[in-house]
Amino acid sequence: MSYLIETKDITKRFGGLVAVDRMSFGVSEGEVVAILGDNGAGKSTLIKMISGVYPSDGGTIFYKGEEAKIHNPMHALAVGIETIYQDLALAENLNVYSNIFLGREKTKKKFGFISVLDHNYMHDESTKILKKLDIKIPSLKNNVRTLSGGQRQAVAISRSIYWNAKVLIMDEPTAALGVAQQKQVLDLVNSLKDHGLAIILISHQMRDVFEVADRIIVMRRGKKVGDLIKKETTTEEVVNLIVGSEMVS
Amino acid sequence: MQSLAKRDRIDMLLKIGRQWAIIFLVTELVFFSVMARGFLTLNAFQIIFFFGTAVFLMATAELYVIITGGIDLSVGYVMGLATIVSAKLIVAFSQSGMNSFLSILLGIIITLVIGLIPGMINGLLVSRLKVPPFIATFSMLGICHGISELLVSEKAAKNLPHLANAIGNGHFVYIVKDGGVSFFSRPEVARGVKVYEILPNVVVIAFVFIAVFAFILGRTKFGQHTYAIGGNKDAAIRSGIDVNWHLVKIYMLSSFLASLAGILYMLKYVTGKADAGASSLLDSIAAVVIGGASLYGGKGTVWRTILGGLIIAILETGLRIMGIPTFDKYIIVGVILVSAVLIDQFFPELTYKE
Repeated sequence: MSYLIETKDITKRFGGLVAVDRMSFGVSEGEVVAILGDNGAGKSTLIKMISGVYPSDGGTIFYKGEEAKIHNPMHALAVGIETIYQDLALAENLNVYSNIFLGREKTKKKFGFISVLDHNYMHDESTKILKKLDIKIPSLKNNVRTLSGGQRQAVAISRSIYWNAKVLIMDEPTAALGVAQQKQVLDLVNSLKDHGLAIILISHQMRDVFEVADRIIVMRRGKKVGDLIKKETTTEEVVNLIVGSEMVS
Repeated sequence: MQSLAKRDRIDMLLKIGRQWAIIFLVTELVFFSVMARGFLTLNAFQIIFFFGTAVFLMATAELYVIITGGIDLSVGYVMGLATIVSAKLIVAFSQSGMNSFLSILLGIIITLVIGLIPGMINGLLVSRLKVPPFIATFSMLGICHGISELLVSEKAAKNLPHLANAIGNGHFVYIVKDGGVSFFSRPEVARGVKVYEILPNVVVIAFVFIAVFAFILGRTKFGQHTYAIGGNKDAAIRSGIDVNWHLVKIYMLSSFLASLAGILYMLKYVTGKADAGASSLLDSIAAVVIGGASLYGGKGTVWRTILGGLIIAILETGLRIMGIPTFDKYIIVGVILVSAVLIDQFFPELTYKE
């Protein structure tokens, strides 16, 4: 089995504390892997190493079987690893297409030598990507501030997809959403899977995890304590692993 | 049905309310036209813009900084420093035998380059060393004030070449009543023949720069990143914008425009003065806020800011024509500034939407 993204013995220490301890796991194309664990289990630290926010203290990250040197977020983005943070990292005072193109704005030449923003291009490209992902937003010229939580999530995700994400890391994507919006986001995750992305999902919501994940990895005190195929496991087994009342080798 | 009609009416009132700055401007114009004799003349309007140049330029500078969520308190004394530095340089050059035009040109260019330094220091303090903008620029205010006083305590800059006055108080176009047009210099006419002076040079120069900076803010990547930083700094960083360097550029741009305001002051009054821009700080921040920008950052446009500056400049000239002392203006501007901030805070639906 060849993974699109894989870690081998990846480790992170903060002083004397080992936050992530020789963690190995992988995600294939078109697969959703959920990482579960109690607070402080090392989930966030793990994804921050993959997205380049924290440099790792040991171990290796492989992309398509080749070692990927990820020392900062730009390296991760260049590889095609995009992260959707809980706070979404959107500029609320800018409109939808400006957010999709944030930091990578398309410009055109005016009078032959002055670079100005190419609003039409960015608007049209954004319309295309939203349509491809079947996301409905009233007007792309509206400021993100006016959008619902689910729509904002959708904007953040479509930005990643537009910029060729191959691996998508989602940190608590449904945490701040209402029930209807949670469903929208989960539907979106399923459609991303069909587009061949490898998705790493961090969530506390057991229900979400069982709805979209193909595999469930459980972490405790920085270590992997379970790697389960969803269809072959139960909520009870997963909870037991999280709290540590039973060890599965 | 009735409630629908009522909501429509509220919507309309909100739409009108959002334009309160324009309504205020029109009210002001009507008020002074009635109350101040000689207000409704071409000349008075040119005077409004002539005295307004410093505020327009520094408000534009302040707008960029405020959009990023910061504030630049040093602009007034950076302007003062620039009046003195430019005056001293020009006097020194012309006394060393250089011709007037060249010494003025060289003096201005060197002053503009020196003018970037306070902004660069402000920007580095704010971005790299995480000093709050208020403290960094407030310290810079003191430093520039001190250096200015030091420079003039040795020897005041006097005897600027006559050409400086001709530029600073000259006009772009002169129209002779009997017919005939002249550019840049006042035509020789017989006594009693009326000459209309149109477009003061300093106003034209100021607005060329303001137009350029309006374009940069509204149409370019640089402007877009400025808004993004004010909207969500973390988002800007994560999307690959070099936020620290961008902030340095913003503060440099701010002190560049303040220096330009200083140079225009030097040309107008043919002298350098440490506190030349001291009172313009309040005016320029007020102009930005009246123009609908938020002190929390992320919003505002140059032309709206100029509208805010115009409200203040009209107030100043109108009161002056009415013979009311100018400190009354400071009180009024202070009250408007606080009111505008309160409107932004408690009635956000009344603030101007882009």
